[in-house]
Amino acid sequence: MPKRKAFINKNICVACGCCLKVCPKNAIEIFKGIYAQTHDDKCVGCGLCAKSCPADAIELTKN
Amino acid sequence: MKKKFMWYDYLWILSALYLILGFFNILFAWLGLLCFFIPLIISIVRGNKSYCNKYCGRGQLFSLLGNKCKLSMNKPLPNFIKSKWFRYGFLAFFMIMFFIMIFNTYLVFSGASDLKEAVTLLWTFKVPWDFAYTAGTVTPWIAQFAFGFYSIMLTSTLLGIITMIFFKPRAWCVYCPMGTMTQLICKAKAGTSKE
Ligand code: SF4
Ligand code: SF4
Ligand code: SF4
Repeated sequence: MPKRKAFINKNICVACGCCLKVCPKNAIEIFKGIYAQTHDDKCVGCGLCAKSCPADAIELTKN
Repeated sequence: MKKKFMWYDYLWILSALYLILGFFNILFAWLGLLCFFIPLIISIVRGNKSYCNKYCGRGQLFSLLGNKCKLSMNKPLPNFIKSKWFRYGFLAFFMIMFFIMIFNTYLVFSGASDLKEAVTLLWTFKVPWDFAYTAGTVTPWIAQFAFGFYSIMLTSTLLGIITMIFFKPRAWCVYCPMGTMTQLICKAKAGTSKE
């Protein structure tokens, strides 16, 4: 069964860290202060990060 | 799942206090330099945005007002605000206004102009602020800088609150000059050519 995962658009991300604060699985880190990155193995696709992102840089994708 | 609260999750109290103190004694405005230098130093020395990601009280304040107090409509920001040219343009505009403020302080320092006991909102509206300063307390330029710096802080808070209401709570973080600047510094430091 395909699972939903958060996908972050690096070009829009402002590295504010809102997503980081809401992720219940600590699946996100900010790469060198430049953009946010998710760890697919930890992400459960809850979508909280996408909801909090002020830049709307996160999408949930099926893969 | 509830996240563990850390000591720095309460820094919004300092941010709120800072804004309030400016109504009582404008000289407290000088403390605002901390939220100018700390993020810059962190990004230059450590090459990360942990200031934004953890410590920024202003971001926390918007988040609280928007999420906990439910004041935010939680709508997506218009695309142009999220665009690079707007973010970098706003940073440039902000810096120009900052240097004009420094120049005004210099004019008072050199005696070319007098201290103006006013707070300028949105770079346009002059609000008399003499209630927060007793003339002669300090050298005029020190007070002038305080008025100027507090103007910047209050203006950015105002913009942040407006975008907090209409868009996502921390919409300000998209075009926050400090956030943009620290991200640029981190990019430069990482030596990446990523857009
Ligand atoms: S909330 Fe959005 S803009 Fe902020 S770091 Fe996360 S993905 Fe990037
Ligand atoms: S979708 Fe949920 S689990 Fe996955 S990164 Fe976003 S907040 Fe974390
Ligand atoms: S972008 Fe600006 S307001 Fe947002 S967390 Fe960073 S410094 Fe604070």
